[in-house]
Amino acid sequence: MTDPNIILIALLMPALTALIVSRLDALPDMRDGVSILGALATFGAVLLTLQAFLEGTPLSITLFEVMPGLTLNFTLEPLGMVFATVASGLWIITAIYSVGYMRGAGEKNQTRFYICFALAITGALGIAFAGNLFTLFIFYEMLTVVTYPLVAHKQTPEARAGARTYISILLGTSIAFFLTAIIWTWSLTGTLEFTPGGILSGHISPVFTGVLLALFAFGVGKAALMPFHRWLPAAMVAPTPVSALLHAVAVVKAGVFTLLKIGIYIFGIGLLSRTGASEWLMWLAAASILISSIIALNQDNLKARLAYSTISQLAYVTLGLALANQMGVIGGALQIMTHALGKVTLFMAAGAIYVATHKTHVSELDGLGRQMPFTFAAFTIAALSIIGLPPLGGAWTKWYLMLSSAEAGHQVLIVVLMISSLLNVAYLLPISARGFFYPPSRQRGYDMSTEKLPPVKMAEAPWFCVVPLCITALGCIVLFFTIGDLYEFLLRIPLLPLEGVTP
Amino acid sequence: MSNLPALQIILPLMAAPICAMVGRPKFAWGLATLVAWASFAISILLFLSVRDGTVISYDMGGWAPPLGIEYRVDVLNAFVLMIVSGMTSFVMPYALKSVASELHESQHAYFYTAFLLCMTGLMGVAITGDAFNVFVFLEISSLSTYALVAMGAARDKRALTAAFNYLIMGTIGATFFVIGLGMMYMVTGTLNMADLAQKIAANGDSRTLRMGFSFVLVGIGLKLAMFPLHLWLPNAYSYAPSAVTTFLASTATKVAIYVMARFMFSIFGFDYDFQANTMQFIMLPLALVAMFAASTVAIFQEDLKRMLAYSSVAQVGYMLLGMSFLTQLGLTATVVHMFNHALIKGGLFMAAGCFIYAVNSSRIDDLKGLGRIMPWTSAAFVLGGLGLIGVPMTAGFISKWYLMQAAFELDWWPIALLIVASSLLAVIYVWRMVEVLYLRDLPEKNDVRAVPLTMLVPMWGLLLLSVYFGVSADITVSAASRAANALIGASNIFWQSGG
Repeated sequence: MTDPNIILIALLMPALTALIVSRLDALPDMRDGVSILGALATFGAVLLTLQAFLEGTPLSITLFEVMPGLTLNFTLEPLGMVFATVASGLWIITAIYSVGYMRGAGEKNQTRFYICFALAITGALGIAFAGNLFTLFIFYEMLTVVTYPLVAHKQTPEARAGARTYISILLGTSIAFFLTAIIWTWSLTGTLEFTPGGILSGHISPVFTGVLLALFAFGVGKAALMPFHRWLPAAMVAPTPVSALLHAVAVVKAGVFTLLKIGIYIFGIGLLSRTGASEWLMWLAAASILISSIIALNQDNLKARLAYSTISQLAYVTLGLALANQMGVIGGALQIMTHALGKVTLFMAAGAIYVATHKTHVSELDGLGRQMPFTFAAFTIAALSIIGLPPLGGAWTKWYLMLSSAEAGHQVLIVVLMISSLLNVAYLLPISARGFFYPPSRQRGYDMSTEKLPPVKMAEAPWFCVVPLCITALGCIVLFFTIGDLYEFLLRIPLLPLEGVTP
Repeated sequence: MSNLPALQIILPLMAAPICAMVGRPKFAWGLATLVAWASFAISILLFLSVRDGTVISYDMGGWAPPLGIEYRVDVLNAFVLMIVSGMTSFVMPYALKSVASELHESQHAYFYTAFLLCMTGLMGVAITGDAFNVFVFLEISSLSTYALVAMGAARDKRALTAAFNYLIMGTIGATFFVIGLGMMYMVTGTLNMADLAQKIAANGDSRTLRMGFSFVLVGIGLKLAMFPLHLWLPNAYSYAPSAVTTFLASTATKVAIYVMARFMFSIFGFDYDFQANTMQFIMLPLALVAMFAASTVAIFQEDLKRMLAYSSVAQVGYMLLGMSFLTQLGLTATVVHMFNHALIKGGLFMAAGCFIYAVNSSRIDDLKGLGRIMPWTSAAFVLGGLGLIGVPMTAGFISKWYLMQAAFELDWWPIALLIVASSLLAVIYVWRMVEVLYLRDLPEKNDVRAVPLTMLVPMWGLLLLSVYFGVSADITVSAASRAANALIGASNIFWQSGG
């Protein structure tokens, strides 16, 4: 399969799904079925592109020229393949989960929900396949706009306020900083192509390299780098499938993915490490990791706690980039995968708890673990993966990031990563502990040491909710054991200029 | 073929009195529509014949310039002619139902008469090569505009005061303009633009010339609503009939911008220091202030049309900013934005007109929850709003791209940052409408009229074009770039290759 149109098929598949779904408002069963089928088809198409990529066929397709020199172009490269596979693969799982959740929670406007959800996947895939910064920006903005109705879904005053924060920060940073940085880059170099080894080398002084990097780092608001992280907790008013797929995977990963792409293919890792332009970013990411973890400790709302955890985990990727060496990049790319699987599980578990019991706060979860054993078991596995314990995928991320810190000579960062792990333990494991080991809240004062807990009847959320989150929890384990292949794959990310091309 | 420049003006000028004399609404509308389409066809032909850089010079009545009045068509004014006649062609079908619902029937024929005269005036301003003729046509368009704005009184009596205010301000502007022309005539003894340019270059600087320049600047500034001379605009736009607002917002200010560019670059020339200083130290800051002040005011408006009107003042700021960079890229941005903004704002005002047609109000509070029962109009508004913000794949993005590139080219990156910062204000006022339309609940008691297709189709036509020119900007950008070249090349290339 070497036809480059396969990229377009993968891109258009979710859009087509959205179109069909929009016609099926009156037939909810058909609509939900189509949504799942669309997800499967999209994943299939992405796998075909992956296969083509693994075979070594360079796939690239240019649609048209918008302005002289600025084209809409899609090109496959390793990092994009990782992101595309993760986003489209997890879409299947969340599509199934959404059916259970949206019905279980009795949400309105479900058709609009599925339409926007599918369009968001097109946005994410567009970002993954973008061959130049301009194309990436178009899909980046599209992703912001189509996810807005999802955040505002409930249309309550809180939902409106949250959605307003969401759109204003994401659109604001992208227009104010990201676009400025893009046009600046364009006026410096005359190109926006993602080029191995970067395009900026030799066009910019070290001081301005730092400034431009700052514009990019803050402009990509989706990466939720502090202090532009407020939109992510605000987005938690959305229905949980949105938080799960978009605000743990597609949207936020689009952000850090964009940063990685810019660091590798626009600046070039060489330029960053040579000039030390990314040093400040490293410290900011480290601060972001710790501060948001500490905030997470104090959140009683389960989804808010997970959101702050996401901010902290995203900063790992930024950190990996800012360290500007190969291990850092690999650690960052791995984090895109491992955190995606882990966090999507955590969110789906939170949603399952909500559907089954309508409880949203950590302090209300006492004893629920024995009522919902699968959900809580999956939650615990995913939490351990985020913490970074073997044999779970998250362990490798920390491993490579620590290697990278050592290589860059910043041993302090190893300490930061370890403290972060401890903080993860402190804010995630109590949730499992409450579920499994605390007596249900109305039976407080009950002496656990002498008497046995009363038997609890199992009352899980609908299977549509529970099965997907068990699958992703297993995925966390599988990731640990497939690291060899993944590492091999990520080594393909070209960090140096291609031979024969002068930077 | 050779009489096209004359036909361009004579056709609507002759059709206007016929409309008034026959007096039947349907006939007047039909004639006006036909004339608008014919004019559009002529403009396209003119544009195609000058696109390669040739300049058409047409001697009115056979009197050779500089004594006779000369019509002179180059890429720039052919482009402007196309904007004016093209927008009229879109507004005319829209006007049929919109005017019928907003105006009393006895006024319809006069409405189309005034409309055609206004169009004649605007196109005359664009096409003529004679400075005094500019004034004459400017007054033809202004006088008919006053009448058109006043016709909004059928819906809201405040249209009368708005028209009166506009009359006073407009007349002051025209007076300034003609005084300025008088002073230029004193120095040079000619009114032909080409001649003026050469004589000014030959005579050099003088105090009279400076006074003339300043008067002209202020005069046109009033016409194009240059901040802080914009006070007439919000009221006039809010209370005029929707079709008129659409037309004025997308053409009148654009033509005034064109006159400004023509006088600044073609007549006074690029290397006239006094002008360069004025542009950079007065116009540039004023443009920046307009971008911020007007956008901020727009955020707090209670009325949709008023909000869009303030947004127009801000957008004029972008165009003036591009001009005051005094570079080829800056002018390109100005010309591109003239075109793109005409499409976007035209579409948006049409959407506002559709809302007025449906619920008989443009108060933002009265538009709550309309997203669900007026999906097409609301979606069109959102599309236009995205264009106003400058989201990629809309025409507004192209404008902003070039404007920012022009700023970076001069290494004025603080200004580039200000440009993006001001477009963030657009995010706020556009998104406010999105919330009102989609996230508020429709009032229990609602009386919504279905909007006819004749209004929806032109609106979507404009907005789809704005998307088209956002995706494939080659045509507009190359035309704008050539137009900018013509202006920058100033006197030399422009005036000598013609005839």
